[in-house]
Amino acid sequence: MAEFRLPKNSRITKGKHYPAPDGASNVKTFRIYRWDPDSGQNPRIDSYDVDLDDCGPMVLDAIIKIKNEMDPTLTFRRSCREGICGSCAFNIDGTNTLACTKGIDEIKGDVKLYPLPHMPVIKDLVPDLTHFYAQYASIRPWIRTQSPAPPDKERLQTPEDREYLDGLYECILCACCTTSCPSYWWNGDRYLGPAVLLQAYRWLVDSRDEATGERLDELEDPFKLYRCHTIMNCAQTCPKGLNPAKAIAEIKKMMLARQGM
Amino acid sequence: METNQRPLSPHLQIYRPQWTSVLSIMHRISGVLLSVGTVLMVAWLVALAQGEQAYQSMIGFMSSPLVLVALIGWTLALFYHLLNGIRHLLWDTGTMLDLKPARASGWMVVILAVVLTAVVWGGLI
Repeated sequence: MAEFRLPKNSRITKGKHYPAPDGASNVKTFRIYRWDPDSGQNPRIDSYDVDLDDCGPMVLDAIIKIKNEMDPTLTFRRSCREGICGSCAFNIDGTNTLACTKGIDEIKGDVKLYPLPHMPVIKDLVPDLTHFYAQYASIRPWIRTQSPAPPDKERLQTPEDREYLDGLYECILCACCTTSCPSYWWNGDRYLGPAVLLQAYRWLVDSRDEATGERLDELEDPFKLYRCHTIMNCAQTCPKGLNPAKAIAEIKKMMLARQGM
Repeated sequence: METNQRPLSPHLQIYRPQWTSVLSIMHRISGVLLSVGTVLMVAWLVALAQGEQAYQSMIGFMSSPLVLVALIGWTLALFYHLLNGIRHLLWDTGTMLDLKPARASGWMVVILAVVLTAVVWGGLI
């Protein structure tokens, strides 16, 4: 049963305010979710007034500035700062996206930052993605074959067959889509979620993979696949512009075709 | 630190309503309303079967302003659920799943549901 309220230990309290340095004229407030595992206290929202005249253009630039200059305890993941590693995925201004590709000027009013929704929090903006990665591993995201590989070259694929992977291979597994999905919020223990299902489809349509039937059998389950109700928050929020809902619909079609309907 | 003591990050509380999720939850809500409305429908038929007096008092109840408003809402729920159901059937064929057509069809469903409700009740009132 879906639990709509946050558990007692997760309810958010008021936090500290960090003012901008004197003389700053172009100030934007960043309201950031904080939780310190060692404090024994509930999560809180700290607000930081950032001088945008002395800050890079992206949300990630601002939180790195906050960490460097205002509050070194602020904890978050980041790496590539160019939208390819998927580390800095947060809930920014109400939707999930990458801090490194989200411009501060895209946001009206205060910038609200939360960890990816409905996930266990390790610290501040860092969610525990263990279950998400375990679900990814469960679809065995690698090529499965029966026939031996050609002795003198790799397994080849026509350009047309390769095109089937467009819109799928670009996924960086940032988990923005999966944690935007209400169905995943309520049934994430058993529903695989948009990101993992998009990856499942990526292997289902790969012309070189020889385990299509096996893969479909593994997904034939009331929860793993069929908790998708085409809500489409996934496609709406994907920072790479991909469409997991469409990939899932294609899997459902493959299921029916396999059952001879 | 025991991992089961970790807080759950906020979800419904902070996720900005999206046209995608709003249209989706409206489908479910309209479905629930339809089930409730069906009870009224059955009561009406039962009253009809019980003879003139029962039917007259049922009609009296049905034409009270509050029930009338509920009936208009029920008609709206019916058309929304019907049209959005068709949208879901189209999605199941793998079409209109890109964001643009999905958004356009969503708006069309809302507008058509309102128009059809107005047409039905325009004729009745």
